[in-house]
Amino acid sequence: MLGDFDIAEDAVQEAFAQAMRVWPERGIPDNPGAWITTTARNRAIDRLRRERTLREKTAQLGVVEALESLGGDETDVSGIPDDRLRLIFTCCHPALRMDARVALTLKTLGGLTTGEIARAFLVPEPTMAQRLVRAKHKIRQAAIPYRVPPAELLPERLPGVLAVLYLVFNEGYAATTGPLVRTDLCDEAIRLARLVVTLMPDEPEIRGLLALMLLQHSRRDARTDPLGTMILLEDQDRARWDHAMIDEGLAILDGALAARRPGPYQLQGAIAALHARAPRPEDTDWPQIAALYDRLVDTSPSPVVELNRAVAIAMADGPERGLALFAPLEDELDEYHLFHAARADLFRRLGRNDEAAAAYRRALELVTNPRQRAFLQRRLAEAEPA
Amino acid sequence: MQYIFLIYGDESEGGSSSPDEMAKSMQEWGDYTQYLKDKGYHLAGEALHPTHDATTVRVRDGKTITTDGPFAETKEQLGGFYLVDCPSLDEAIEASAKMPVGPDGSVEIRPIMLFDEEGQPSS
Repeated sequence: MLGDFDIAEDAVQEAFAQAMRVWPERGIPDNPGAWITTTARNRAIDRLRRERTLREKTAQLGVVEALESLGGDETDVSGIPDDRLRLIFTCCHPALRMDARVALTLKTLGGLTTGEIARAFLVPEPTMAQRLVRAKHKIRQAAIPYRVPPAELLPERLPGVLAVLYLVFNEGYAATTGPLVRTDLCDEAIRLARLVVTLMPDEPEIRGLLALMLLQHSRRDARTDPLGTMILLEDQDRARWDHAMIDEGLAILDGALAARRPGPYQLQGAIAALHARAPRPEDTDWPQIAALYDRLVDTSPSPVVELNRAVAIAMADGPERGLALFAPLEDELDEYHLFHAARADLFRRLGRNDEAAAAYRRALELVTNPRQRAFLQRRLAEAEPA
Repeated sequence: MQYIFLIYGDESEGGSSSPDEMAKSMQEWGDYTQYLKDKGYHLAGEALHPTHDATTVRVRDGKTITTDGPFAETKEQLGGFYLVDCPSLDEAIEASAKMPVGPDGSVEIRPIMLFDEEGQPSS
């Protein structure tokens, strides 16, 4: 009847015990044998269900333990790729809030501390700690599965994963605190992106994202001077770019674009490729970059994208035209240090030193990374009359 | 894992359905229930009478206060439920997405809290 002999035997015993309690009060049923069988069966089903629930609960505890063990140590970037891929789909599950997904992935797979994640999101550390606790609690209690989703679920689950990888990379590319570049985070984001590419080779946006990361990361050694101070793109020694990484990024991007299904990551990858292809700063195809930003504004509009577009137009058509596009963004980007830094740079190019100095001062109020701060202070000193 | 699917919709809609539409709707819900049974998920499920037949009871300072109507006046009302047992939240999401709740209905999935023999939550 039930397959599991021990459970069946216990269930029959319990049924007899039940009979001894119930029959004296209510009388012996018409068919005592059938009564025992039915009661035993119900008992066994109850018990099997309880045991199964316990097993499932134990499995969920395993997920959370896996989260903890991979997330505990900042330097732990080992681990089996399959496990990490399962973890990323668990951390990026749509049943979790978006901010919790990013935080959990940064903690578990990116190795950031709770404090670093809190600073990246501009929230107090206890708030972030509680957000992480709640997310883990939901993974356990709601049984969010620890697995790579089946093929039919992948298309709806993938954009969330890409958004998280992109944010991890960004935190490495321009760290909130400490050195300008956190190579470990960039490497980790690239590694995870490669894994997802292997999983879904037909999806051009993943390859676009991987290409974007490689092209940006290829400049890592040229982005700071020996003291760690930031060097702008146009002042970088292009011989120090990682040309093997550039070649790989360009090849991956070409493969993605060949599918003729462009998206925001491929567009950003194409912009990075135009920078990577220019042997000297003056060779940069700014009109083409501005045109790509136009398309990016259409497909995924945001004030930051519009800011980048304004800078590209300034480089293509002159600083005055770019500055005119800054004014409408001021309300939304007033708290963003790069808005003021970019504006200051355009004033500097026009020789409007007073306005440049004011904008550098505003950027300095907002910047958190010490290497960017050092750069802005030097520029401010140059703009201020001696 | 056990979950309850709480089915929400605007109960003021659908009252003017023709007999044919009613029959079609009954058929869809019957098919859906059968789907849950075929998957081995189904534990229980019921439809509820509308909230104008609801009674809300509170005991305050030992006195029972009975009021006509639902606990909260909301735009969408609880109209029914299923109790299911399925492997993980992904299957629960997949199964609730198939429910014939119409273009404006929604389903809230809540994991069931289970207790062990000592009365402690079993997790």
